[in-house]
Amino acid sequence: MSKRLLSVVVNGRVREDAIADHALLVDYLRDTLGLTGTKQGCDGGECGACTVLIDGEPRLACITLTATCAGAQIETIESLAAGGRMSRLQQAFHEKLGTQCGFCTPGMIMAAEALLRRNPRPGEAEIREALSGNLCRCTGYVKIIESVQAAAEA
Amino acid sequence: MDQPVRHAQHTIGSRTPLVDGIDKVTGRARYTADLPFGETLVGAILRSPIAHGVIRRIDTTKAKAIPGVRAVITGEDFAAPYGVIPIAQNEWPLARDKVRYRGEPVAAVAAVDEATAQAALAAISLDIAPLPAYFAAADARGDGAVPLHEKKLGNIEREVDHVFGDVDLGFAQADLVREQTFHYAEVAHGQIELNAAVAEYEPERGRLTTHSVTQVPYYLHLTLAQCLGMDSSSIRVVKPFVGGGFGHRVEPLNFEMVTAALARAAGGAVKLELTREECFLTHRGRPETDIRLKIGLKKSGQITAVDCEIVQRGGAYGGYGLVTILYAGALLHALYKVGAVMYRGFRVYTNTPPCGAMRGHGAVDVRHAFESLLDSMAHELRLDPFALRRTNLITPPHRTLNDLQVNSYGLPECLNWVEQASTWKARRGKLPRGRGFGLACSHYVSGSAKPVHWSGEPHAVINLKLDFDGGITILTGASDIGQGSSTLLTQVVAEVMQLPMQRIRVVATDSALTPKDNGSYSSRVSFMVGNAALRAAESLRRVLVDAAAKRLEVSPDDIEWLGECARVSGTDRTLDFAGVVNAALADAGTLTVKGTWSTPKETQGGTFRGAAVGSTAGFSYAATVVEVVVDEDTGAVRVERVWVAHDCGRAINPLAVEGQVQGAVWMGMGQALSEETQYHEGLHLRPNMLDYRIPTIVESPPIEVHLVESLDPLGPFGAKEASEGAIHSFAPALTNAIFDAIGIRLNDLPASPDRVLGAIVARQREERLRRAVAAAKG
Repeated sequence: MSKRLLSVVVNGRVREDAIADHALLVDYLRDTLGLTGTKQGCDGGECGACTVLIDGEPRLACITLTATCAGAQIETIESLAAGGRMSRLQQAFHEKLGTQCGFCTPGMIMAAEALLRRNPRPGEAEIREALSGNLCRCTGYVKIIESVQAAAEA
Repeated sequence: MDQPVRHAQHTIGSRTPLVDGIDKVTGRARYTADLPFGETLVGAILRSPIAHGVIRRIDTTKAKAIPGVRAVITGEDFAAPYGVIPIAQNEWPLARDKVRYRGEPVAAVAAVDEATAQAALAAISLDIAPLPAYFAAADARGDGAVPLHEKKLGNIEREVDHVFGDVDLGFAQADLVREQTFHYAEVAHGQIELNAAVAEYEPERGRLTTHSVTQVPYYLHLTLAQCLGMDSSSIRVVKPFVGGGFGHRVEPLNFEMVTAALARAAGGAVKLELTREECFLTHRGRPETDIRLKIGLKKSGQITAVDCEIVQRGGAYGGYGLVTILYAGALLHALYKVGAVMYRGFRVYTNTPPCGAMRGHGAVDVRHAFESLLDSMAHELRLDPFALRRTNLITPPHRTLNDLQVNSYGLPECLNWVEQASTWKARRGKLPRGRGFGLACSHYVSGSAKPVHWSGEPHAVINLKLDFDGGITILTGASDIGQGSSTLLTQVVAEVMQLPMQRIRVVATDSALTPKDNGSYSSRVSFMVGNAALRAAESLRRVLVDAAAKRLEVSPDDIEWLGECARVSGTDRTLDFAGVVNAALADAGTLTVKGTWSTPKETQGGTFRGAAVGSTAGFSYAATVVEVVVDEDTGAVRVERVWVAHDCGRAINPLAVEGQVQGAVWMGMGQALSEETQYHEGLHLRPNMLDYRIPTIVESPPIEVHLVESLDPLGPFGAKEASEGAIHSFAPALTNAIFDAIGIRLNDLPASPDRVLGAIVARQREERLRRAVAAAKG
């Protein structure tokens, strides 16, 4: 089990850690950095709960080797609220009840964040496509769509 | 004395974001696997590769010798078996003597890291002598089948035989009698949070603390004490944020007791996280079900008699099984006025993972059968499906044939709304081929009127703590698992005390702090715990009014309570909230007041065997209309729109109620369209979120919700349940819509493309045969 020194930027902070070759990004974020906002809901690539942004693109941390992230910018749910304010998406998911149990929420919001950055005024079909890899078992998705729409209009 | 008077707050009925919503959207909410415990050992479970067999030997010698392994345990390390129902406790946290399903836990280890734990599992050798195994209920009931459990010949866990009224007379009086069989696949809860538990054992004190994903910390508490042979006062159970339950986490689950036993054996802290595959094996989902149903109708649509037989493939252990088979009968007919009912139910042990409670416990499949056959008979009698339902409505207060009490009944208003909103009258019958409309109705309990563990204590207890900081803390054992119960309790207390919600905090479910509660299941929390919160708040308000009166030297009758301020009636003399709190606490110190609630006797059901199941203090009702498009070339069914009206008594939080109703309808859609477990010789073939097909956002339709407020006389502010009533009516509304679209009745769910296409092809074959026969005769 070899390790190498890895440098990444996580939520704007430069991190240097010795990372095992087989270490998954979700475990690095949760166990090494204590960023437990990123969730694991499956055995790999099934549910989307671990969605984070790597260089601005939505990626599944549970099937990403940390070693492949050298030099990358990683953003997790913990990065979105800034200056004492929730992001537009966070505010909308809270106020419109886009979250119930909350377990899929960080992944859902990060996938929606990636969408709004590349398409600030998405149509309903575009929202559905962008979130199609994120499973929610509570809401039936109705209020998730409303939340993303509200954030886009805010 | 010149404080500005703040006006009373109204929180009941206002769309209120969750009190813990900010934690969830910011990632701050900590679920069990997120909690910081410092150094913990890693727990892991070894599972049986055999579906049914006698355990001859489990050799753990080599595993124990591996460096870094701190504990290895088997069934012999437990003091007693468990089961959520006190009279059906036949499951061990780790199998003893026999294994009864593939994937059953047989041994467990705690080690310094995951790799060591896995190596230890690999080093355990199992010697299990296989027995004949049964994966279908019919095989388990077959002649000469080996019983899974002693004294359970024919593998029948529970047989139910209920007759209410004169069924023969009822069928004799009918103008149309029809009988149909139905088959339902087994389904699973699929909550997104994986199961996890952390147990900390203090060897010096002999104390255990367990954090787990449970919906009912109290059941877990009792079961930990029983299985570990510990005094329950030495155990503390804490429920952190929980990522959904849907019934999966009502029963204490084997991994929770295993984690605790590992912590005790290792003398430290153990964290055990299950994989998604293991969550599917832990199961407790809705059983595979076969239904034979016969209904008699007058030409008017009046239901004269019902005869139903149900077989449920229950899996390997008792669990909730006997309650599930009783619910199926109890909620078969009780939302309508019916002439007479006969119900036979069989709960069967099989060598598959144990089934249990799942949203709409026991009543979802039978509702589909009932509403489908009604629809089919309405078609034959040329009655509109709405008209047929309206012929059989009840008038509250009403006692059903099986002794269930109905005090409020918003079903008529539900029917009216979905009929109008869907433009049913204008569009039905005029839709193009392949597009259809379907209707169905449903109901559900607001908590079981008789809980399973009950020695006569109140059903729900709430403590309210008032301290010198002027804050009020709600101490509750009710588990918020995402449904918003902590928000609801805050709203109830804020409303009664006319205080801003900001002043109120909730501490939920820590057995060291919060009063015992029966937990979050059977949709009991709004009704029962809501009522307890209402009474606690009234009590605290009385204390504050009395204190203000004393301080202002007037009679309590002269005090006007304005929430943040008390005023002497007819004067401008006031005392602000800080002054009121000071007056109340000056003599007594920090105050804790209590509110309790119990179901009235008349709501607790009849006296026949099994009568308690289905009894409730308030039934919710729902009506659902579904519009579908069916592709006859592929068998694909697309749900275009759903209209659902739900009678929740009173919407304490309309935002949350809408969310619950949408979630229930959608979960019904998953079962109706795509979800099913599948086993090959007992091996789970779909233990992941790709093969177990939960609908994605792409195939999920708009769901329009209307809330009917029938104001139940016993509910808090008139409220009833909101989370389960609407799940039942989706599947029948869907298949009724499929019939409307293409003229085919699907009696075998889910209506997956292969089943729909199979039915289409079968019909084409029948038509060709009929034409050929006609041509040959002609």
